[in-house]
Amino acid sequence: MLDYLISIMLTAGIYAIFALGLNLQWGYSGLLNFGHVAFMAIGAYATVLLGMNGVPLIFAVLAGMVLAGACGAFLGVATLRLREDYLAIVTIGFSEIIRFLLLNWSSLTRGSFGLYGYPRPLEGLVAHEDYNIVLAGIVIIVLLLVYALLEVLAKSPWGRVLKSVRDDEAVSISLGKNAFSYKVQALALGSAIAALSGSLLAFYLQYINPNNFQPIETFYAWIMVIMGGSGSNRGTIVGAILLWGFFSTTRFLEGYISFSPSASSAARMVIIGVILIGLMMFRPQGLFGRKEDLAVGK
Amino acid sequence: MENEILRIEGAIKRFGGLLAVDGCSLSVQEGTIVGLIGPNGAGKSTLFDLISGFVRPDAGSIIFSGKQIGGLPAYRIARLGLVRTFQIPRALMRMTVLENMMLGSQNQTGEMIFRPILSWGRVQAQERSIEKKAEEILKFFDLLRMKDEYAGSMSGGQKKMLEMARALMADPRLLLLDEPFSGVNPALSERLIERIKMLREKGLTIMIIEHAIPYVLALSDELYVLNKGAILANGRPDQVISDPKVFEAYLGVGFDAQH
Ligand SMILES: Nc1ncnc2c1ncn2[C@@H]1O[C@H](COP(=O)(O)OP(=O)(O)O)[C@@H](O)[C@H]1O
Ligand SMILES: [Mg+2]
Repeated sequence: MLDYLISIMLTAGIYAIFALGLNLQWGYSGLLNFGHVAFMAIGAYATVLLGMNGVPLIFAVLAGMVLAGACGAFLGVATLRLREDYLAIVTIGFSEIIRFLLLNWSSLTRGSFGLYGYPRPLEGLVAHEDYNIVLAGIVIIVLLLVYALLEVLAKSPWGRVLKSVRDDEAVSISLGKNAFSYKVQALALGSAIAALSGSLLAFYLQYINPNNFQPIETFYAWIMVIMGGSGSNRGTIVGAILLWGFFSTTRFLEGYISFSPSASSAARMVIIGVILIGLMMFRPQGLFGRKEDLAVGK
Repeated sequence: MENEILRIEGAIKRFGGLLAVDGCSLSVQEGTIVGLIGPNGAGKSTLFDLISGFVRPDAGSIIFSGKQIGGLPAYRIARLGLVRTFQIPRALMRMTVLENMMLGSQNQTGEMIFRPILSWGRVQAQERSIEKKAEEILKFFDLLRMKDEYAGSMSGGQKKMLEMARALMADPRLLLLDEPFSGVNPALSERLIERIKMLREKGLTIMIIEHAIPYVLALSDELYVLNKGAILANGRPDQVISDPKVFEAYLGVGFDAQH
């Protein structure tokens, strides 16, 4: 049972970090990133591959973040001067390109066999059976640091410009702000945060393969952000905990109900869909969102 | 002409087949208020778009305090001290009135990513002084009591006032006001006129588009009349307004609109 709670904590924590990156882009900047999982994959693979080649893990994680941040910035520069929805289309394409690249670049990634047996932090220092507890501690510390960073930035003049770009770009520009540059910055930072969550996911799973990074993961992050309330970092974390709590308890109950695995996973998605629709009807701003945030264009 | 702050020569802007601005030339002296009137669709707002860089001119030159600014990105033009407001007020709805105001301030250290953390003390000190300035300007516009409310909850007239107040946060040298009195009730408008005059006393140069002729007459040192994208008349407001050509331009449009 304790193992079970710790595994929920780990996944919820890792996905909370992942979703916080998206909340920076969507909640604070209004950017439609539908390929968030690509940056998680980049972080995971970069960290694992560099770690296997003897790079100290802290640098391997940082390298993954820099690489993902650069990719996010590149996609932003390429699309953000065009219409807004181009970013959505290009990011969703990018996430599938990354997954196919990982599947087919077998000499580097071993394709669908995946990678395992790679170094993990503090591995020699902790007994194997205690490892997940220690990793959960690391995840929670990282989560708190990311949360604190984003809270400070969101309430800072930098975050104020982001919000103004989200609300009405023309206003920011009329007041001398380079709106384009801020959008690129938000994409880069959010992508780097996704990469960080990818590194942690790799440490937790001990085995990664390209199918860990299906487009559905991106939409889990969207559900967390929307459920918690776009633009609320706290809400996003609560959204992550609720969604993983739900996944885990239903998986737990599965043992008692004679559903086939595919039927029960479909049933889960239906239930989540119904909950989301209900939430949008009765509390459209999300659990932690502010009602005023919906008063756009009024 | 030694105090000329803005000079436009032969500005042209086409939208498809429509010549919205058709070879406009004008000159603005520093520290004056210049009125811009003309029938609906004359191209007044488009001219502001050209000056502020929101729309690129197809031809012509725009010189702001000796510098050619035609073709510069709009945010760079704003940084030079040429700030515009919008005809339809654009409040940042999901931000508070105070946040709207504080955004307007220029050269904020904390607007650079990570500086709010790396230069915490400096950014906090700047924030305090920006907030103080924002409160002073809000007071000037009678909006101080609304400072913590969402801009989305303001009335149309209040949004117009906020728009002007926010532009002033940028310490502009030249302020472009597009119909600042629309939606503002008459009593408030009278006060706004006094406030705009006070800004001129402080040395600010203002270009103002306005339909209400009495307000234009009360404020302008010089008046331009735009019709079908071209300057129809300019000069002292009282002389311009009694020009039969100007009368006809307005009447013509009024007539068309009825049929
Ligand atoms: N972005 C645009 N695209 C196409 N036509 C435009 C655009 N902006 C303005 N126009 C047209 O240009 C003309 C001048 O408009 P505008 O400058 O708003 O006039 P005014 O402010 O004097 O009422 C109008 O006929 C208007 O329809
Ligand atoms: Mg207009």
